[in-house]
Amino acid sequence: MPPIIEFDDVTKVFDSPSGPVRAVDGISLGVERGEVFGVIGYSGAGKSTLVRLINGLERATSGRLVVDGDDVTRLSERQLELKRRHIGMIFQQFNLFSSRTVAGNVAFPLKVAGWPKADRDRRVAELLDFVGLLSRAHDHPSRLSGGQKQRVGIARALAAQPSILLADECTSALDPETTQDVLRLLRKVNDELGVTIVVITHELDVVRSIADRVAVLEHGKVAELGSVFDVFTAPRADVTRRFVSTVLHDRPRESDLERLRRHHDGRIVTADVRDGSRLGQVLGSATALGVDFEIVYGGIGTLQDRSFGSLTLSLAGPGDAVDTLVARLREVTDVQEAR
Amino acid sequence: MIPVPRADHSFDWSFHGPKLVESLGETLYMVGATLLVGGALGLVLGLALYTTRRGGLLGNRGVFAALNLVVNVFRPIPFLILLMVIAPVTVFLLGTRLGSSAMVVAMSFAATFGVSRIVEQNLVAIDPGIIEAARATGASRWRIITTLLVPEALGPLILGYTFVFVAVVDMSALASIIDGGGLGAFALDYGYKRWNFAVVWVTVVVIILLVQAAQALGNHLSRRVMHR
Repeated sequence: MPPIIEFDDVTKVFDSPSGPVRAVDGISLGVERGEVFGVIGYSGAGKSTLVRLINGLERATSGRLVVDGDDVTRLSERQLELKRRHIGMIFQQFNLFSSRTVAGNVAFPLKVAGWPKADRDRRVAELLDFVGLLSRAHDHPSRLSGGQKQRVGIARALAAQPSILLADECTSALDPETTQDVLRLLRKVNDELGVTIVVITHELDVVRSIADRVAVLEHGKVAELGSVFDVFTAPRADVTRRFVSTVLHDRPRESDLERLRRHHDGRIVTADVRDGSRLGQVLGSATALGVDFEIVYGGIGTLQDRSFGSLTLSLAGPGDAVDTLVARLREVTDVQEAR
Repeated sequence: MIPVPRADHSFDWSFHGPKLVESLGETLYMVGATLLVGGALGLVLGLALYTTRRGGLLGNRGVFAALNLVVNVFRPIPFLILLMVIAPVTVFLLGTRLGSSAMVVAMSFAATFGVSRIVEQNLVAIDPGIIEAARATGASRWRIITTLLVPEALGPLILGYTFVFVAVVDMSALASIIDGGGLGAFALDYGYKRWNFAVVWVTVVVIILLVQAAQALGNHLSRRVMHR
């Protein structure tokens, strides 16, 4: 099946007082139908612009962007309005209509799509039940907590049964616990309704929690693209490494290494830990070789139900024995020397 | 010639009372009609100013510049001068330049430009994210303009219109000079011209009560529609 969203050399240039800015710079990527696709990047990387190109809130300067069969760069404003009914969107600041009740907010896209009143009422009740806010239908958004507001945002975005949901920093204004609630709800939307979700974020935790694949964005370009596990366990771009270091502090930094060298006179190496890498078995043979080993730094976490991380070891003993042990470690995993 | 009251510096209820009530009625008619006509036209003009400004739903530099110029040309004209300037138009529309209805023409004209700025100011305060969210649902710009903008700014708009009400009461008193009737004419003819300050002060009290009542109603309504 062709991707539900396909960027083909898409560029968006904004005019600014200091000259043109290429917010999105020649991006090509495809989002598969039914997946949760993460786009991660620091602020100014172009991710908000990228997501707004999909529903035409921003128009591409050049390139082709096919969304569910239509090249949105070629649609008229009227055609785009019709297209947007099939693309829901949620926002960092929720952007609920303060003049309308919770039910009124969810009913808005249905009015836009011309649903009759009775169908609208039924659909609104169904959605509020889905997000767990049926009892708050007649409240105004100002009376809800942040997490509840985002739930209403999700219900509103899903009202007209879209095939795609765009989430623009949808948890950035929420506390960690509420963030997990909202992410669970998005997971449910993907699992139960089969909606393709594009998640824009600057938090690796969000991508780690729900995305299947991820694109790392920097300066309007894709720095790295692949499955969340591959990209974050074997980061190639500097920007990706910076993101990984925000959630897993498993590798000693230069200042940590200086301290380690002062306290340990052995050779210091860092070994990657993966499921089935049998590190323990190799280290078990250290004593027989005459090597004293000590675990001096490290961390192991999980990503998409698989372990990843690293351990930093201090290996003390005769030079050739240490060499043999390092060689055995290299047979089962990647090993880096600390210099 | 106006009949002479029995005594100076006194408010004679049997003589001044009915005239005061009649004048109050005329004032309420002028102010009400002006708020209706000028308020509606000002709302449309304010919406046009807001939506055509840069980055707006109908962003159009030329149209905005033209509307902005028109508002800036007419708004600073002192109301008393505007009454004279607009008299030929009033005669063309109503066949006379005198009376309460004639004053409503000039007052509505002046109010339209004042209201348009107040509407524009309050719409600018709407969070652009709300408009973006509406656009993301596929709502047309026309739908957003007609069903979303005014409700989202309704609370502040009601306070803005309350402010305009007070300004229009002020205008109506000035209109009395050209013969518009109303409380201004009452205070002028029976009070000031005869040096009867009891009449002037009673008129002042009535106007204060009117303005207080309007402000209380405006505050109450705006609080009811604002959900913050």
